[in-house]
Amino acid sequence: MKSGNRPLSPFLMYRPQFTSILSITHRLTGIALAAGTLLFTYWLTSASYGPEAFARAQALIGSVFGRLLLFGWTLALFYHLCNGIRHLAWDAGWGFELPRLKATGWVVIVVSITLTFLSWAAGYAVRGGA
Amino acid sequence: MEMRSPLGRVRGLGSAKDGVAHWWAQRVTAVALVPLTLWFVVSVVSLVGADYAAYKAWVGMQGNLVLLVLLIVILFHHTQLGLQVVIEDYVHGEAAKVVSLMVIKFTVVLLGASCVLAVLRVSFGT
Ligand code: HEM
Repeated sequence: MKSGNRPLSPFLMYRPQFTSILSITHRLTGIALAAGTLLFTYWLTSASYGPEAFARAQALIGSVFGRLLLFGWTLALFYHLCNGIRHLAWDAGWGFELPRLKATGWVVIVVSITLTFLSWAAGYAVRGGA
Repeated sequence: MEMRSPLGRVRGLGSAKDGVAHWWAQRVTAVALVPLTLWFVVSVVSLVGADYAAYKAWVGMQGNLVLLVLLIVILFHHTQLGLQVVIEDYVHGEAAKVVSLMVIKFTVVLLGASCVLAVLRVSFGT
């Protein structure tokens, strides 16, 4: 059956623009965070197998590779969180005019990068030394 | 422009088959996740390099356990709702769609249940 002339997702129609890139990034970070739930699950379940298993998980996450992944997920989380609030504001009827879309987009970028660096600075402070 | 197929119009449902409920649940879980994930980041930072005893003491505190269980349940619910939309956008063909949606749902419930059981076990100490 022919389904008629259905609309496509915005990012399939337009050439990449600032606002559409932000929108794809929300989806990409959502998918990346969904993959991150595997590490989250590994971390929490490892503890239920006892001290050695938990120590192994902590060492893996604290390794250079683990920290690299975790840094990516921190940035993804803060971006998705901030842009999620932006989404919720639109749903409440605020901020969908083009100038505001652009301005809040920049706010999301700056705030998510700032929060990521603050969290990591705090993490290194807790760890003590480099 | 008619945006819906004739069958879709007869069924009176969106692509998620329960459109408004799905949309609303995605928003409610999103709102709840804002404070919960912020609390979780602060907690993880405080647990950097922690050994088992320190983790057990943390998860043994009533308030932490409650927030952690809430985070797990709401996070996996939000993830399932989100991935469902992604699948509905990119996976075409009814069978492939139904199978992928089921795989996501089963996986999310399995992971979520494992997390909840794990934190309860450590918290109540076995
Ligand atoms: C921290 C607070 C969070 C907020 C405020 C939030 C907000 C949102 C919102 C509003 C949407 C709907 C976007 C749309 O309609 O296009 C969404 C989608 C999504 N979220 Fe979240 N989210 C949060 C955390 C998370 C986490 C931790 C995960 C994964 C573990 C996640 C995974 C997803 C996925 C997979 C989608 C679907 C993406 C899409 O449809 O393009 N979210 N989020």
